[in-house]
Amino acid sequence: MYKKITDFIQYFGVARLIILGFFLFLCVMAVALNLDFAELFSSSLVRIGMNGVLVLAMLPAISSGIGPNFGVSLGILAGLIGALMAIELRLDGYVAFFGAIGFALPFAALVGLGYGWLLNRVKGSEMMLATFVGFSAVSVMKIAWLILPFNNPEMAWPIGRGVRVTIALDNRQLAQLLNKTLAFEIGNVVIPTGLLAFFLLCCALMWVFMRTKTGVAMRAAGDNPRFATAAGINVDRHRIIGTVVSTILGAIGILVFAQSYGFLQLYEGPMFMPFVAVAAILIGGASIKKASIAHVIIGTFLFQATLVVAMPVANAFTADMASMAEISRIIIQNGIILYALTQTRGE
Amino acid sequence: MKNQVTLTPTARFNFKKAGQQFLANNAVTIMFVVLSLTAFRISGMNATLYLTDIISRISRNTFLVLSLIIPVLAGMGLNFSIVLGAMAAQAVIIFVFHWGVAGFPGILLCIVLATPLAAGLGYLTGKLFNKTKGQEMITGLILGFFAAGWYHFIFLQLVGSKIIPMDNPILILSYGVGIRTTVDLSLAGLKYGLDGVFRLPLTVVVIIACGLWLVYQIVHFLKSPRTRTDITRVAVCGALSLALVVWAVVTMSGTSLIKNVQVPVATWLAIIGLCLFISLLSKTKLGQDLRSVGQDRHVAAVAGIPVDKVRITAIVLSTVLASWGHVIFLQNMGAFSTYGSYEQVGMYSIAAILIGGATVTKATVGQALLGVFLFHTLFIVSPAAGRQLFGDAQVGEYFRVFVAYGVIGATLALHAWKHLVQSRQRLEELES
Repeated sequence: MYKKITDFIQYFGVARLIILGFFLFLCVMAVALNLDFAELFSSSLVRIGMNGVLVLAMLPAISSGIGPNFGVSLGILAGLIGALMAIELRLDGYVAFFGAIGFALPFAALVGLGYGWLLNRVKGSEMMLATFVGFSAVSVMKIAWLILPFNNPEMAWPIGRGVRVTIALDNRQLAQLLNKTLAFEIGNVVIPTGLLAFFLLCCALMWVFMRTKTGVAMRAAGDNPRFATAAGINVDRHRIIGTVVSTILGAIGILVFAQSYGFLQLYEGPMFMPFVAVAAILIGGASIKKASIAHVIIGTFLFQATLVVAMPVANAFTADMASMAEISRIIIQNGIILYALTQTRGE
Repeated sequence: MKNQVTLTPTARFNFKKAGQQFLANNAVTIMFVVLSLTAFRISGMNATLYLTDIISRISRNTFLVLSLIIPVLAGMGLNFSIVLGAMAAQAVIIFVFHWGVAGFPGILLCIVLATPLAAGLGYLTGKLFNKTKGQEMITGLILGFFAAGWYHFIFLQLVGSKIIPMDNPILILSYGVGIRTTVDLSLAGLKYGLDGVFRLPLTVVVIIACGLWLVYQIVHFLKSPRTRTDITRVAVCGALSLALVVWAVVTMSGTSLIKNVQVPVATWLAIIGLCLFISLLSKTKLGQDLRSVGQDRHVAAVAGIPVDKVRITAIVLSTVLASWGHVIFLQNMGAFSTYGSYEQVGMYSIAAILIGGATVTKATVGQALLGVFLFHTLFIVSPAAGRQLFGDAQVGEYFRVFVAYGVIGATLALHAWKHLVQSRQRLEELES
């Protein structure tokens, strides 16, 4: 019996167990404190939908062998450019949303190509490099946001130049566009149908892609590069495909995120977003080398629901609940990444 | 004439090839010299202002940057976890502030208390790094974020509450729990606690330094076989130091404001001490062990060196030095952001040493010093240059942040690429 338990802990992962325990503890506390469960559940659903696509962006990266994509901020930046172009052209509603995706796609694909090329040249230190490519890109774009010729007064500073730090989306009927589509209530729980449907659609497309010839070859390249080479698969090419798909999903992901949040966040905004997504898929059970769609869904749910419940529970204990929720996010997020790093056993 | 021709094939120095090699090996540094000079010209900055600022920045940051060298020797790459040392320093400073120990004794107390705390954190970091061999840098980076979470938890939620009581309206937030977001060290008399111990004008320091340098060179010369190169060297040194002394004397007696620029001698002595410690370390048993572990872990293990222990020692040393460095940094700044100051420490120090020409596997004291100088020059002049070029100082500020990240990214990429090419070549050699 004892061996069974230790085996299970080994299989499940200590860090993951701690986080699950913390989540259950929070739920018990929420019951004890008589919190409104319907509301907590509704906001959990929204947070899952809005973060889901960004987390899904990790899947092709891990599968193709480049590891968790710490540089998904490249995709996020492409998505933001797409959104700004849609706003500049004064598109509305769904036209704006899909227009933004359309504008973002070429940028994301192009940047993903270059980024994949770079990652092929630094095999073994992809994570470190990806992080700094992301940081550098975000800081270059900070300059670009000041210089790019966007003129729509909805996003430009009234005086001086450059676009604002946060841009409200409700003027373009973009705010909560997907969330409100076909939304309905069960009891007091609001189901954001459009948002969840979009996320699940992305997951389904990814599921199909992973089973196409390219997808299977890509997974083989990530699983065992030497074996894949022997089988006649061009490993470098499939790593680039994985990177491009991941970057594109990053671009779509930020648009889904932004429409639900109601604002575009530029400048510092995208800097630390990749870490949230990386942590979520790792919590779901993925490792640096292996991931599946189930990991994406479970991880997003567990991570986001924990954060949603943590906020009101913290409120009962501390005067400064916003910072307490943020602190638990930082500790959980980076703790799980550290744990995953220790599981790879070095080179 | 004839003699020279016969000598050519063997003895003539191949300038073209050496030049190319020099360019390739120092590309980053050369680029920064050019960039800094250009930005300096564009900014139109006043020399006195620049000198005052750069001296204060060099004395503030050099110790921290030097703390990065030992893990590089041990083959652990750039130690992003020095932020843990910085956090230890901030934690200790907050309490010393609270107890009201001011001035130089206060700084000494900070150093004494920060040492065991940083050593403990360094030990844990070392243990973690031993589990993630080959990925130390990303682990260190994430560990910094992770530790920041706990630091926030302690100083925002626990300090001031019943668990860690602290009754101090200057430090604690208005609702009674948590440290304020900025701590002003001048209120506790800790500002310039080390810098203020002993200051001398820059001109005097230049004269003293030139004198010492000349004495060293002459002693060296007298011991040498006095060949032509030895004579040339001592002559060049003599001419250089004479020129510097003349400049110093002229400035001292002249009207230029540069004569008012002061140097914090105590801080500089601490920095020189650390430089000597690192140079001497390579001659000790520990230094040799560090180097062998850095070259090849497996060979070192076969040779009977306790690899894991040596790696932990390297990180402990680095973390402790970083905590001292951060105390020096903060006493010079005079105020710090409780929840932010440590964050940039790792990134900026690493960018600085890389700009000086260091890589993931090689770092020297000279590179650290040059790097601090170049990096901070760019930091000082880039907002003004940005204003001149784009009409917006913000552009310059964003640019310097980009430079910090960009240079780290570029160096890592170049290093990883070189490594990959080398291992591929080795493989091809084996096959053929």
